[in-house]
Parts: sequence; structure tokens; C-alpha cells
Amino acid sequence: MAWFRREDASLPSGEQASRVPEGLWIKCGACKEILYRKEVIQNLSVCSKCGFHFRISARERLAMLFDGDWEEFDESLVSADPLRFRDTKAYAARLKDGKAKTQSYDALVSAIGAMEGQRLVIAAMEYGFIGGSMGVVVGEKVTRAIERALAESLPIVVVSCSGGARMMEGTLSLMQMAKISAALARLDDARLPFISLMTDPTTGGVTASYAMLGDLNVAEPGALIGFAGPRVIEQTIRQKLPEGFQRSEFLLEHGMVDIVVDRRELKKTLARSLRLLRA
Amino acid sequence: MAEGDFEAPLLTLQKRLDEARAFPGDPAKEKEAAKLADELLKAQREIYGKLTPWQKTLVARNGNRPYTLDYVNALFTEWTEIHGDRRFGDDPALVCGFALYKERPIAVIGHQKGRDTKQKIYRNFGMPKPEGYRKAMRVMELAAKFRRPILTFIDTPGAYPGLDAEERGQAEAIAWNLREMARLQVPVIVLVTGEGGSGGALAIAVGDRVNMLEHSVYSVISPEGCASILWRDAGRASEAAAAMKITAVDLKGMGLIDDVIPEPPGGAHSDHELLFKNVDAVLDRQLEELLAQDAATLPATRYDKFRQMGRLGREFLEAPATV
Repeated sequence: MAWFRREDASLPSGEQASRVPEGLWIKCGACKEILYRKEVIQNLSVCSKCGFHFRISARERLAMLFDGDWEEFDESLVSADPLRFRDTKAYAARLKDGKAKTQSYDALVSAIGAMEGQRLVIAAMEYGFIGGSMGVVVGEKVTRAIERALAESLPIVVVSCSGGARMMEGTLSLMQMAKISAALARLDDARLPFISLMTDPTTGGVTASYAMLGDLNVAEPGALIGFAGPRVIEQTIRQKLPEGFQRSEFLLEHGMVDIVVDRRELKKTLARSLRLLRA
Repeated sequence: MAEGDFEAPLLTLQKRLDEARAFPGDPAKEKEAAKLADELLKAQREIYGKLTPWQKTLVARNGNRPYTLDYVNALFTEWTEIHGDRRFGDDPALVCGFALYKERPIAVIGHQKGRDTKQKIYRNFGMPKPEGYRKAMRVMELAAKFRRPILTFIDTPGAYPGLDAEERGQAEAIAWNLREMARLQVPVIVLVTGEGGSGGALAIAVGDRVNMLEHSVYSVISPEGCASILWRDAGRASEAAAAMKITAVDLKGMGLIDDVIPEPPGGAHSDHELLFKNVDAVLDRQLEELLAQDAATLPATRYDKFRQMGRLGREFLEAPATV
């Protein structure tokens, strides 16, 4: 067995580079340092040398934020493929693959539990499921999570990690932006705190709806956050984008994000913010 | 014939008709004109009766379709356009103002495209920047304050995907509108007149009634964008347009819109007057309906309307409890 995984130069796709790779020893995607995998995991999937934040799954996120056990809800909602969509592959098959890869029926896990003793709802997006895209099921689950927070008078944290609305459900996906935002208006009326946590990446229709509507918008360092994707913008303006454009720190500087926080300080920061906000 | 060339036979007929009509008083020419007019109408019905989704997309983008200010001129009086978001600037891609509609004061908000090159650039091809959406929200709040119903006209390729728009918070501007429109205590009527381009359209389209013109489209991404991502080939836009189900009839079938407003036999661009008549009939009826409702209850019914989108019992199922 090889000690190091061969670096395949032809495969630096977003996901491969961002997630903690398999193997005993791994290489940080940012500083290229060779790291002991177990140590990286213990360090909440943050590179101990350069602080690069590896992408993590929805359930890893929940485990990191909740005190102990949590209760998942709405886990059995599954897309009925309303458009019978097919591109190079049938959407139905993509759904099946996503399920096999993530143990979830869609790109969001909703849960209820406690964070530093405060009960709350957390809905975390799962990038491994069709790029964390938002279709009807994600829309319905975020809305139900907000409605549950309303019904039980709890704060809610939504963790975004998504390429945006899901094309394979067409305009139905688009309308989820309106549906979720309307639910957030009710939460706002009820004066229950909503913290939006943006992680790498948060783009498109997710950013242009709930991700930007937090009472507090919090971001992990170096996350890509934007409305249009960098490639689309480059095609529009026909120039290279400046270094750091659409990264968390850029959004902080431009007034769109309240706090950029290291994952190792995240739970503490969120819990403290909720204590300071709650009525 | 290529899929995009469907207008060619109509243009030929139209040209012959115009020539025949150039000789008023000549009985032979008049007879010919009448015959040609019949033929044209038949051909229009034939061709426009079975447009593919991609052809509808092209019709929706036709530069001779009425734009927001054309509707304003035709349907409203005392138009008073107002400008600027009071934060950064004005945005000519999104026009806002107040006017009278059959003696009733209303607020009007709509995307505006240009017809010649200079105008197209001035209007940024109908792609608003954050200041456009923030101006629209300011006007909607004014409308709520003074109890004016809001009519919005949707026709945009999408919100502008540029560096400056990102810097100023394009996503935040759209998101804010979605949330605030949900709780406006005045009637909001939406009409998609051409291209309903994703979030850039939705940001002024959270209404109590949402209507589409017969050949307009409303989609989560442009067919070209979808094709270039999923097929890695923007040339397959026609397939993407069909797959995404973006036509008025499709969306009505999914319960996402209320009314499909019929266009003249040759499309909205072929006969503005007839189109305005059709639009007028629907807007007038819907406004009456909404004004009869207690304004304080509008946010609740609007919530229920959007809450149902994507839960008709077909879009998702409860999986058996064996995750």
C-alpha cells in the first residue's frame, strides 16, 4: 500500500480539492503540506499549517455544532422528479447516486438539538448531493425547519454549502427562493434569531435568498460567496477577476457579512451570538 | 427549416401584404390584400400555435415586443417615473413610478430593455444591478405606505452578473426583496411579458397574482446557461428549454402562475394594440378581486400561495422510513 495517494493532475475538480481526501496521509489543497489525516479530522477538517478549511458533510457539521445527540426531522422527503428531467444522465439516477453517496434523500439535513445548552434548529446543506443544489425538497425542508423554529419559539441556524438552485427541477426550484424568504419574514416578525452560516461555496439562488437574510451573516474563512459564479462574471466583463474576489473576507469588507470566523471558533461564536440576541 | 427560422414565411407574407396595401382604391390590389391578410393570419395561427419551448424563448426576446414603458404608455395615465435607491444610484434597467390605471393610483415597477444599440447599453439589456432592486423596494414601500396597488412587469435575461454588482451585494438585494415583498400589505400583480430570468425576475415577482403572456418564458437559468453546464454545449439550448419546462402553459400546469394571457395570432410584437387589450382585461379583473380583499390579510394569502409551490403532492414524496 502506498503511503501517499498519487496526485492525479487531471482531477483537480472543486470537490476533490476541497474535501479531506482518503488515505493515511493527505496533502492540503492550499499549502500542499503533507498532513496526517486523523489529525486533520480532529482539527475539524482544518489544515493545522495554513488554516485551509476542507469542505465537510452536513452531518459532520451537525456533530460539530450540537452539544451531543440531535434529532433529525423530515429526513424522508424525496424528490419525485417533477419534470422527468434528463440531461446527459437521468435526474432520477443522479438522485439515486446522491443518496448512495450521502445517506440522505436530498441536499439538506434538518435537525433539532442544543448548542451550549440552548435549544435550536439547524439545517445544514450537503454539497455531496448534486452540488448542494436547491430543488423542491431543499426548499420544503428549509421552510419546514423555519416553521418548526416558529412553532417552538427557537432560533435557527442554516448552514449553506451550495451551487444554487437545481436546474433539474426548473422553475419549481426558483420558486423555493420566494417560499423560504416568505417563511423568514414570519420568523422576523416573531423576533426569533436566524443566523446564516455561509461555507464554501455559497452561490446563486441560495445566496440570493436565505443565505443573505440572516440577522447575522456569518462566513467561514476563504469561502466562495456570490450571486453569479466567477466564470460567468469573467465571461461578462471579459477580464480576469482580482485575487480574493467573492471570498468571505471580500464580502466582509463590502459589508455583506457580519463575522468571518474560523471553524474551530465557530460553535463558540454562534452560541455567544444567539445568547446576545435572544429575547 | 432551422428551428429559429420560423418567422421567415410570415415576414415574406407581411411584406407582400404591405405592398398590396400601398395602392388604396385599386380594387384588384385591395382584393389581393384581403386574400394576403387571410393567408397571413392562417400562417400565423399555424406557426404560433405550435412553437417549441426554444422558439417561444426567441419570441420572448423579440425586440419588437412591448417593454414596460410601452405598457405604461398604453394602459396608464399621469405616469411619473421616480429614480434612485437613495444609497448608490439609479438603474435604468429597472423603471419605477406611479400612475393612474382607470383613475386608480397605482405603483409600477418593471424591467426595461432598449431597442437600438445605444438604448440597449443604457438599459444594460434589461439586467438590473443591486441599486435597481433597492430602488424597486423603496418604491414598493412607498406604495405600501400610501396604499397603492403594485403592478410589476417582468422581462430580463437575469440580474447583472458583473463585478460591480457583486461588490454592491446583488444577492443581498434580491434576497431582501423576496422577504419584504412577502409581507407587503397592498395588492401585487405580476406580469411576465418576455424573459423571466431567474432571481433577477423573481426579485420583483412575489405577487398575489402572477401572470404570463402566452409566449413568455420563466426559468431558473437561461436555456443556454443550462445547456452549457449540463451538456457542456450552449448550442443545445433548445433541448434545455424543453427539459426545463419554462413555458406559460407548463408553469400554469405546475400551479406556479395564475393566468396565461393570450397573445395576438402572430405574437405580441405583431399587434401591440390587441395585446394591450388582452392584458388590460386580466389586470382590471385581478385588481378588482384583490382590492375587494382586506389588505391586512394579503400577506397571509400570498404566503399560502408560495408555500404551496412544490407541494402539490407530485414534486416530492415521503420515502419509506428505511434510510
